[in-house]
Amino acid sequence: MKAIVDRQKCTVCGVCTDVCPFGAISLKETFIEISDECTLCGMCVDTCEFGALSLPEVGTGPAEDLASYKGVWVFAEWREGTIHQVSYELLSAGRKLADKRGVKLSAVLLGHRLDQSIQEELVSYGADVVYVVDHPELAHFRDEAYSKAVVELIRQKKPEILLAGATSMGRSFIPRVAALVKTGLTADCTELDISEEGLMLQTRPAFGGNIMATIVCPNRRPQMATVRPKVMRPEKMKDHQGRVERMALPEECFKSRVEVLQVIPEQDQTAKLTEADIIVSGGRGLRKSENFSIIEELAQLIKGAVGASRGAVEEGWIAPSHQVGQTGRTVAPTLYMAVGIAGAIQHVVGMQGSKVIVAVNKDPQAPIFDVATYGVVADLFEFMPAFIRKIKQERGESS
Amino acid sequence: MHIAVCIKQVPDTKNVRIDPDTHTLVRQGVESIINPFDLFAVEAALKIKDETQATITVLTMGPPQADEALRDALSRGVDDAVLLSDRAFAGSDTWATSTTLAAAVRKMGDVDVVLCGKQAVDGDTAQVGPEMATFLDMPYATFVKKIEVLDGSALKISRQTDEGVEIWKLPTPCLLTVIKEVGEPRLPSLRHKMRAKKATIPVWGVADLGLAPENVGLSGSFTQVVRVFSPPRRTDRVLIQGPIEEQVEQLFRHLKESKVPGL
Repeated sequence: MKAIVDRQKCTVCGVCTDVCPFGAISLKETFIEISDECTLCGMCVDTCEFGALSLPEVGTGPAEDLASYKGVWVFAEWREGTIHQVSYELLSAGRKLADKRGVKLSAVLLGHRLDQSIQEELVSYGADVVYVVDHPELAHFRDEAYSKAVVELIRQKKPEILLAGATSMGRSFIPRVAALVKTGLTADCTELDISEEGLMLQTRPAFGGNIMATIVCPNRRPQMATVRPKVMRPEKMKDHQGRVERMALPEECFKSRVEVLQVIPEQDQTAKLTEADIIVSGGRGLRKSENFSIIEELAQLIKGAVGASRGAVEEGWIAPSHQVGQTGRTVAPTLYMAVGIAGAIQHVVGMQGSKVIVAVNKDPQAPIFDVATYGVVADLFEFMPAFIRKIKQERGESS
Repeated sequence: MHIAVCIKQVPDTKNVRIDPDTHTLVRQGVESIINPFDLFAVEAALKIKDETQATITVLTMGPPQADEALRDALSRGVDDAVLLSDRAFAGSDTWATSTTLAAAVRKMGDVDVVLCGKQAVDGDTAQVGPEMATFLDMPYATFVKKIEVLDGSALKISRQTDEGVEIWKLPTPCLLTVIKEVGEPRLPSLRHKMRAKKATIPVWGVADLGLAPENVGLSGSFTQVVRVFSPPRRTDRVLIQGPIEEQVEQLFRHLKESKVPGL
């Protein structure tokens, strides 16, 4: 299958041949030809000003009664007594979608021995309804039990949209939910909107952040997306009222073939990269293992986590759990400091979502400077101690 | 024990870049590689094979040239390979991809463990593994960093989460998606390279998998891309040069003004 050309409309201008990322469009004398290389990415459709290009329709299957699905749901991620920050972010994002649609916003809360205050907190971020399932089998996360419980709730209540955090929990069990209810799912979104017809426009980075794609799920409900933490802004709604509905589900929902033998919380607080607001990262520019202490010192001073490039991990200077980038963690803190990191694309894809990026590198040509908000061209061994001194000095004066 | 490893051929993102003038992907010089996470899955399978009697079959869905990726896996010591290739598969979203891969695993019949990489680096969805497991009605674990075969019918695994490490026990058949910590991929050996070169790799299409054409590819997909665009460039870049003390002052002031926490 490939993109469709309307030869009546096509002026053979050739613009599309240049934009195709896969080189699948060739210009013939009186027409354009699309080869089997076409991946249906839609890049050409967007650029054709004559509307001559289109994509074949996605499968409709048996048309579902879409109108019977109503409301926006947010999965409230509960772990050992606390709610993940992303859930509040999603409630605020979900609130906007629900208001545009004129429907209710609900939070889905699964767990065991759930505290009343958690439900109130969810309401204060905009939830009209909190569906609560409290069961011993939900005390520890397991994909099977969690997905079966959510699927059962979807079948009973029929929401049109379900959002969850793109966390290790959300990205693990939400695909199972989508597969079981037979609907589309878009992973790791960074932007959400809704069309007049009620289609959720789900925008996400692809190809390591080099392109952005907006995705829809036209024929199935609920429309499901996981959303990257720290992208949406949580907004508390004073005096917002909501109700709690405790749901009893069939015992069958809580069965799982997986046995949780042990849960070991990360002891090294500096390795909690995905939650960190500040990350100081070191790369090969540090030259040897001992020099990593420079990174650790600054991180400790400004209460940040410690990150590393793949190079530094491969040298054995720091544990793999600190690695940021394509084969490590994807992070988006408020402040990311890359010290002695050249900025290979594999590293950049893991951190380019950060709000403020500082790069310290002595090579002014280093690619890290292309993504840095503040690029410091300096020898890190001179700059870093001076910068650490400056922070200490400022604190000394102000305290 | 029969292990199926699912791999994907992806463009080497090392070389993927956006043309600053046209804002489109520059394709010249972009080679295809095996998705790095899938190489970890291959390595995880080979490690199990090092310790127990296991047969490893690697499979991929893709165009005919994905054959190269399978031969690469064979050259590292994998026993067999299957290519899922059919024009009808084009335009697959994760749902359609999982449907197709699950059908292939089902056709193989006696699979005890399915291994996948955590995610593919071109799409980054991390959905195909869990969706496949669902279609195969297998329990699964994601972000696995260590695998231990307990006996013929259960695995003990460690998985890395945002909060720490979890140790789970899963009965077979099951599916695991793995991360880097399972082990750096071994290099191809000369002996296996020779074998890989000569291997006949069966190609399975829609009909071989017993799937209806409307359930695969674009027509079997629920999601649709409606717009593709270049991410907005950072326009607020400041380059700080000059004597160290001045650089320190400047950066400190900028960070204060941006109200970053911690200072």
